Amino acid sequence: MHGFANPARFLRLARMLTMPLLAIGIAMIALSLAWGLFGAPPEKLQGDSVRILFVHVPAAWLGMGGWSAIAVASLVELVWRHPLAGIGARAIALPGAFFALLCLVTGSLWGRPAWGTWWVWDGRLTSMLVLFFLYCAYMALADAASRDGQANSRIPSIFGLVGAVNIPIIHYSVLWWNSLHQPPSITMGKSEMAPEFLWGLLAATVGFSLLFGAVVLMRMRTILADQQAEARLRRRAMEGDDV
Amino acid sequence: MNSPIKAKHQRLVLVLVALAALIGAGLLAAWALRSQASYFYLPAEMAANPPEVGRAVRLGGMVEAGSIKRDTDGVTIRFVITDGKARVPVRFKGIVPDLFKENSGAVAEGKRGADGVFVADNLLAKHDEKYVPREMKDMTAGQARQTVEETK
Repeated sequence: MHGFANPARFLRLARMLTMPLLAIGIAMIALSLAWGLFGAPPEKLQGDSVRILFVHVPAAWLGMGGWSAIAVASLVELVWRHPLAGIGARAIALPGAFFALLCLVTGSLWGRPAWGTWWVWDGRLTSMLVLFFLYCAYMALADAASRDGQANSRIPSIFGLVGAVNIPIIHYSVLWWNSLHQPPSITMGKSEMAPEFLWGLLAATVGFSLLFGAVVLMRMRTILADQQAEARLRRRAMEGDDV
Repeated sequence: MNSPIKAKHQRLVLVLVALAALIGAGLLAAWALRSQASYFYLPAEMAANPPEVGRAVRLGGMVEAGSIKRDTDGVTIRFVITDGKARVPVRFKGIVPDLFKENSGAVAEGKRGADGVFVADNLLAKHDEKYVPREMKDMTAGQARQTVEETK
């Protein structure tokens, strides 16, 4: 793992992977959303409004997956002081927040025709909103730490670990408490979803995940380049060159 | 702390202990909230532990088959919400959501009346976790019963 502590080696790999991930991801998203809009049959009760499923569910999974990845990266940073872990966590925060927000917005649009309401304060919706706020707080914290010149501050990583408590709460909210949101359709090795919906959903999830990965790699490269530029400026200033 | 390996292990143990404490605290909080954080009362809960008359609460469950009746004014409907253990009659005046159907989940927001009828001022439809195309909707009675069982 520490082989990638060398930023040059990581950058070479990241540069190689970014474009293929982006291209395959966008192609898969386009195909699965086209299937969702034109190919999949209407659902027996919900009719055509079920089609938003192909965006809403991947967005929810990636919103939660993003924070899980932040938590793992934070653990690696705190324990092993891996130089790329903190950068990775910072790079994940923005796309993670985007998907959490996308999940909330599509869920609200879906809730109006399906449930008869845009929003309710039930366990699932509330805990997902909390996840979005956690992402915002994480970004503010990480930005403040790097602005104060403490790019290796441990406070964002501690926050990343603490915030992970919300992930199981989101998952179990529909099982522990009576909620308006239905229980999960897909659990380990079992699906209550007809194959017409299931396979399109899985393809959309893979597509959005690849896009997520490509964006994270691009953002990590940006953060590394920023740090290098800053270090170079500082070195020049110390050597007395005119900058 | 004198060698880097040891410091690393110490950090690992510290972080793991902190994580265990955090997860424990989270679980305890969720356990304490298990009844308060519920979005609605089930009919059996309402029967066992009725909220006082006139307090705003929510009641959720299945709409009993054949129970939806429309009053002569055309906008008031009466139906029964059940969870298989208890049944609560509900009165609602207004527009019902599209997915509000018999044998399907619903959540009524309103107050318990003195006569035992739950007077709803808002009605939400709750759907189950099954997604099936239209062609498959003709389920057998057994499947339907199972759906009712699973969609409390």
